[in-house]
Amino acid sequence: MKSLILIIIGGALINNVVLNQFLGICSFLGVSKQMKASASLGGAVIFVMTIASAVASLLYDFVLAPLGMAFMKTIIFILVIAALVQIVEMFLKKKSPAVYKALGIYLPLITTNCAVLGIALTNVQNGYNFIESVLAGFGTAVGFTLAIVLLAGIRSRIHEEDLPAPLRGAPIVLIAAALMSIAFMGFSGLSI
Amino acid sequence: MKNKYLERLYNGLIKENPTLVLMLGMCPTLAVSTRAANGIGMGLSTTAVLILSNLVISLLRKVIPDQVRLPSYIVIVASLVTVTELLMEAYLPAVFEALGIYIPLIVVNCIILGRAEAYANKHTPLLSVMDGIGMGLGFTIALTLAGLVREVLGNGTAFGARILPEELEPIGIFVQPPGAFIVIAVFIIIMNAIGIKTRQRKLVEQDVCDGNCAACTLMCEEPNEKKEEAAAK
Repeated sequence: MKSLILIIIGGALINNVVLNQFLGICSFLGVSKQMKASASLGGAVIFVMTIASAVASLLYDFVLAPLGMAFMKTIIFILVIAALVQIVEMFLKKKSPAVYKALGIYLPLITTNCAVLGIALTNVQNGYNFIESVLAGFGTAVGFTLAIVLLAGIRSRIHEEDLPAPLRGAPIVLIAAALMSIAFMGFSGLSI
Repeated sequence: MKNKYLERLYNGLIKENPTLVLMLGMCPTLAVSTRAANGIGMGLSTTAVLILSNLVISLLRKVIPDQVRLPSYIVIVASLVTVTELLMEAYLPAVFEALGIYIPLIVVNCIILGRAEAYANKHTPLLSVMDGIGMGLGFTIALTLAGLVREVLGNGTAFGARILPEELEPIGIFVQPPGAFIVIAVFIIIMNAIGIKTRQRKLVEQDVCDGNCAACTLMCEEPNEKKEEAAAK
């Protein structure tokens, strides 16, 4: 039980996927302009990453590993993630239009979010079983959401400031991310 | 630039440097730039994949139906990455160990899909290969430069050889995650200050996209291409 909680906290805070492992930087920098959009993307990522981790784990344990096709995991996982995003999109569109509307265009963007593929591969590398993989996926996605929503909050404040011209745009966002990353380094002292 | 093949090299290395101007492939740039040597390793493996994927996609550009082109590209790129990964594990185990998870993640590197979509599927194989070489080397140089700055400041060494005097305590934060953000931010500040506009900034100013690279590579290349065509006329 303790180790399972540790996996979630480790994924969300200690090894934060964006600030510590640099996965999903594109959407982290791109979609963090508005709080609402970031929260929607975060929701979509939590959804997809948890399911993708589960499916990838099952596929690896019951199909790829027994058949000795572990080397195919990159190809299989990326296809599974792409297909999964499509299925989730169609399913939501039909069954829950409200959620679909909220997640909107952010769902297809997730296919190219390297964090999803990254976490599926990391789970395999760490030798996690099914439950551990699902929790790691969930924890990591929560960490992503936390980081992107925090950055969106910071950016909305920066937006009102009068900055020197060369700093406007990407640089100031990267510097904000650097400061967040320093703050998150504090969690590495966390031991449970 | 007269020769159109050399023009591709210049384009990738300087004019549209993927990391510093187009701001693509930020994940590996930030992640593996802790050491200059890592930058070269990552840059060259990405270059290899990029050249081959540009070649294959360019050869198949009339075969692949338009509707399923993105999944097809992903399968091609993923296969090439797997081959690269296995070769590196066999022949360059030290580099493979240092780069870890970021080798398989070349699959989702925006540069590769971006070049496939923006260039290779519209141009001849030879031009596409040159484009791959230019873009790949541009990426390698940017990565190595970032790695060098971080290694010197954060570790006092360059390519593993000590260059700062022993008495000088290196600034450890530069080889840690926050250092990556700071170094890349400073790079872009310098480029902004001396007047080279990053594409991200151009696009944000034009309000074409949110600065999201996934959306960018797939949608935003068009105006650029049109401009090039107009210039050619």
